[in-house]
Amino acid sequence: MSSHTYDYLDGNAAAGELSKIFALDVTAAEGQCAHCGAKRRFAEAHLYMQGPGLVARCAVCEHVLLRLVNARQGVFLDMRGMTCLILDTSQLQESSG
Amino acid sequence: MWRIGTIVALHDETPTARTITLEVPDWPGHLAGQHVDVRLTAPDGYSAVRSYSIASAPNSERRVELTVERLPNGEVSPYLTQEVAVGDSLELRGPIGGWFVWRTEQTEPIQLVAGGSGVVPLMAMIRTRASAGSTAPFRLLYSVREPGAVFYREELQALSDHDHAVSLTYAYTRAAPKDWPQPPGRIDAALIANTTWPSNLVPTCYVCGPTSFVESTTDLLIASGNGRDKIRTERFGPTGDRK
Repeated sequence: MSSHTYDYLDGNAAAGELSKIFALDVTAAEGQCAHCGAKRRFAEAHLYMQGPGLVARCAVCEHVLLRLVNARQGVFLDMRGMTCLILDTSQLQESSG
Repeated sequence: MWRIGTIVALHDETPTARTITLEVPDWPGHLAGQHVDVRLTAPDGYSAVRSYSIASAPNSERRVELTVERLPNGEVSPYLTQEVAVGDSLELRGPIGGWFVWRTEQTEPIQLVAGGSGVVPLMAMIRTRASAGSTAPFRLLYSVREPGAVFYREELQALSDHDHAVSLTYAYTRAAPKDWPQPPGRIDAALIANTTWPSNLVPTCYVCGPTSFVESTTDLLIASGNGRDKIRTERFGPTGDRK
């Protein structure tokens, strides 16, 4: 049980922070892990929010998918852990209704 | 991006949890299961943001209900559960999250599993089902410390009395009512097998609660034959001040 601690949330919890940047809901999108290739909804990622920003890790291999830090200069966003993100554009109509 | 909501009603669910009803003039509507971020700003400019699930069904009055549990060392929840008054305003961002949601078009059996205040977004699903006239069969397995800690008890009972397609099972973890058939304890494989939908009906499962609860419940649901892809989860951490 070395690294298996219950200190993470779901990717869902990043939805508010990501909504500052993206027009579409990234948490409902399917993303592919650059490390193990697993395709999962971002909402299913493991989210760590204890640090100065937030870190999302792959639920399968724990590789870092996304890092987001709010700093004085702006928002630092690193998404190199995800090779592809499939966003559902139908929500554009839905959210306005 | 931040909307202003005015508190129009306050209702204590338990000695430590309060439902806050907000009127949000520019509210765009929401889906059952979504949450909002609430931002509090101190006079010196320090601000804190926390996420809270929406408890209410979408409605034409542009009202949003949040049920907030007070955490002993919380930064935000003690203010929301003890200090705010009708007429105060709060800053909200949302509705947020498109994954942990139940849509009225869904007709398959729905299995809801709540750990403590994790019942809040699941209540939004049950209320939305009722207000939309959906006939999707729902089961709620609600794990809670003791009888006095149950949220929405009378409303849940009334909804399930009125419509037998909504069934309720309580699982008490520390203290059960007198004459309760089982001793207090955590959800186990037998309870999952006896009270949740058989996996051959391919229910969609929504599990919300503290991280350790979600972890163990999800494992039990998978062990009883449910596919991981049919289980949606929302965790909140003990220090996250969430819900």
